[in-house]
Amino acid sequence: MRRPPRFSNGSYRMPPPLIELRHVSKHFAGVKALDDVSLSIAPGEIHCLAGENGSGKSTIIKVISGVYQPDGGEILIDGASVHALTPISAIAHGVQVIFQDFSLFGNLTVAENLALSTELRERRNVVSWRHVRAVAEEAVSRLGVHLDLDADLDRLPTSGRQLVAIARALMSDARLLIMDEPTTALTSKEVEALFTLVRDIQSRGISIVFVSHKMREMLEISERITVLRNGRVVGGGPTREWNETSITRAMTGHDLSREPYRWTKPAGEVTPRLEIKDLGVPGLYSGANLTVYPGEIVGLSGLLGAGRTEFALTLFGMQPSYHGSIRIDGKEVRLASVQDAIAQGIVYVPEDRLGEGLFLNQTINRNLLASSYGDLARYGFIDFTQARARATAMIEGMQIVTPTGERPVIELSGGNQQRVVIGRWLMNDARILVLNGPTVGVDVGSKAGIHHKIHDLAVTHGIAVLMISDDVPELVGNCSRIVLMHRGRFTEDLSTSEVTEAMVADKLKALV
Amino acid sequence: MSALLRRSETVIFLVLVAAIVVIGLIRPEAWELANLFSLLRANVITGIMALGVLTVMISGGFDVSFPYFAMAAMYITLLGMLATGYSGVVLPFIVATLIGLLLGVLNGFLVYYLRMIPLIATLGSGAMVRGFLLGAIGTANINIDRMPPALIKFASLHLVKLTEPDGTTIELSAMVLIYLALALVVHLVLNHTMIGRGVFAVGGDREAARRAGFDVRRITYFIYCLAGALAGFAGLLYVSMSWLANPRDLAGSELDVIAAVVLGGASIFGGRGSVLGTMLGVFMLVLVNNSLIILHVSTTWQRVAVGAIIIVATGVTAWRDRKRAAYRKQTA
Repeated sequence: MRRPPRFSNGSYRMPPPLIELRHVSKHFAGVKALDDVSLSIAPGEIHCLAGENGSGKSTIIKVISGVYQPDGGEILIDGASVHALTPISAIAHGVQVIFQDFSLFGNLTVAENLALSTELRERRNVVSWRHVRAVAEEAVSRLGVHLDLDADLDRLPTSGRQLVAIARALMSDARLLIMDEPTTALTSKEVEALFTLVRDIQSRGISIVFVSHKMREMLEISERITVLRNGRVVGGGPTREWNETSITRAMTGHDLSREPYRWTKPAGEVTPRLEIKDLGVPGLYSGANLTVYPGEIVGLSGLLGAGRTEFALTLFGMQPSYHGSIRIDGKEVRLASVQDAIAQGIVYVPEDRLGEGLFLNQTINRNLLASSYGDLARYGFIDFTQARARATAMIEGMQIVTPTGERPVIELSGGNQQRVVIGRWLMNDARILVLNGPTVGVDVGSKAGIHHKIHDLAVTHGIAVLMISDDVPELVGNCSRIVLMHRGRFTEDLSTSEVTEAMVADKLKALV
Repeated sequence: MSALLRRSETVIFLVLVAAIVVIGLIRPEAWELANLFSLLRANVITGIMALGVLTVMISGGFDVSFPYFAMAAMYITLLGMLATGYSGVVLPFIVATLIGLLLGVLNGFLVYYLRMIPLIATLGSGAMVRGFLLGAIGTANINIDRMPPALIKFASLHLVKLTEPDGTTIELSAMVLIYLALALVVHLVLNHTMIGRGVFAVGGDREAARRAGFDVRRITYFIYCLAGALAGFAGLLYVSMSWLANPRDLAGSELDVIAAVVLGGASIFGGRGSVLGTMLGVFMLVLVNNSLIILHVSTTWQRVAVGAIIIVATGVTAWRDRKRAAYRKQTA
């Protein structure tokens, strides 16, 4: 144990911050990514970096871990100024980053993943598998977790791989652990377990920088918060002095309305837009009953793997072997293919919008029009004038931020990409919108924008919306009812006028 | 037991045994010692080159240039021997290996510095080396009467010599030992050295390997140089065993070697593969070619068989990887 230096009068002085940035700035091709940023991380504290996409969070991580050298300002470690921090010297100072993709090797065993960095640091040329095993065992016992060391890493679920990444980072005598959006791919139960672990790591005197854009998590886990906007520190201080509204205001620069969307069933006889009776796919889920009225938003949640994605895909015609009945506007339909679903006005926005929904390198216009070229063709030729006009109108309607529709989609922010996917499907008169994780990985400002757009669609077009999500505030703030799914069955149907966020969160945590 | 069964090596081994049994039932002469010895002998050249391709493939790379490197290394070395009248064995093999290694540097440069797709880079380098060899160095065959006797004598060394009742002799070539020794070395390098684990790491996730502290540049050069060196060595050994040096030879054999490596369970996307699996794959491929001859199938049909093997083996590997991915999704 290192003792704090003592003054001549015998009293201990406050230890200097582990890392301190003083007036750091960083430019990329004339754009200020960091502008006069000062922040300090005390030994053993959990410090949250909050900010929307592009606010400078990742640039700060890269400066602290030595990947980027700042153009101006000063970095101090243990109170001493450090010149030219490199990735290697940052590691030597005890800085470890857990990237969002974990930087692990799926083709190697858990044991080898845990031991590789240690072996490289020891500059070994020959591999002793006994040593690999010993290092791996030490790594998991330090962390106090159980992992199958002989399994190939790609057999582990996301939470397991995250544990491997954390255990590996701690093997290198880490003093500062930087976690970049560690909760994005975790269920609420796994987030809970991660927080317990993070507090345990903290209790050993290791500092943690936690990067997130989920307010709830920041407020729960951290002791201090630094809020960034456009590369500048716009606020900071002890977490207890902050709440969701004040963080949001600091992150976005204005207040966001948190007015919940409340749909009320009109009086009299209304035909449900979507009526599902005893729907099931053998081996995946069964006995699903659900009614959604025009303009209504119904939430669907539960653990990953509970069958909710399979349920959604059935509605999109991708599980043709289903049994049970689906009625749309009172008419029995058979959804045996994606074409059937589209013809019935069903729109599915996938969870992995980048992988499944978009042609990233193609222009916004082309992406918007991808499924409506059929309508635009006249004698086999596409009417490009009309196509452009339609696309431009949709860009305006969906408030997609871009100078022109001729830019590739890959240049857009996550929230704007999401709007392109939704916009595309609205081109062909949607009646039912199925959203799977509509705001995963989207920052708070864009999130509010997407929610607002969904409300707007529900009200003005009378679209029935099914929203699959793990985000409890999102569910409670938008849906009239929340259906919980567990092991292939609908287990609860909660009316949001009767439940609170805490109650829904507790019910989700109770699922095993 | 189930762990053993899950290994792809076990599966290939069982398929191999089944194939030997079936072929032997159709044509009993396939089981004769003479045929088995010639089968083993036929493993040597394809096998040595396959060890290099395996290493490249584990790293996520690809190589189709090695047969041309092998021929260039062989031909230049032989011309040198003929010009100087040198009659040793060890030095020529060292020279051929070094020529292959130097050509491998070219591949490493194209793939690492110019960030070229390995298939395209090695297609180009292979074609260039072949063209340069035929255009600038020579096209004439070196026949048995001009082949250095020392090389022929060396390649004729045998481990076992038996005389059949009818007076013919059958031999097991000692070159099999060289193949086994090289296989052992490559196995040890891949599984028990940091650079070997680095090859697997780069094949698993290149960026993660860099972040973990592997020298990706060194690893890239290492694999292409190893493949080139093994090819150069195999080239000289090939002509020593066949007593005829034709600079146009081995063209197209990259398909056989790649088929053998894929058949041996190596993933075409990198990250997976083993020396034992590759050796079994090579044996399987040689057996198929040999059996087609015994079964009096025309040699052109062998190409169909090799093509089919590549498609089936790659298909099975892709299916396995998809199942793994599906498994992960399910448990995620």
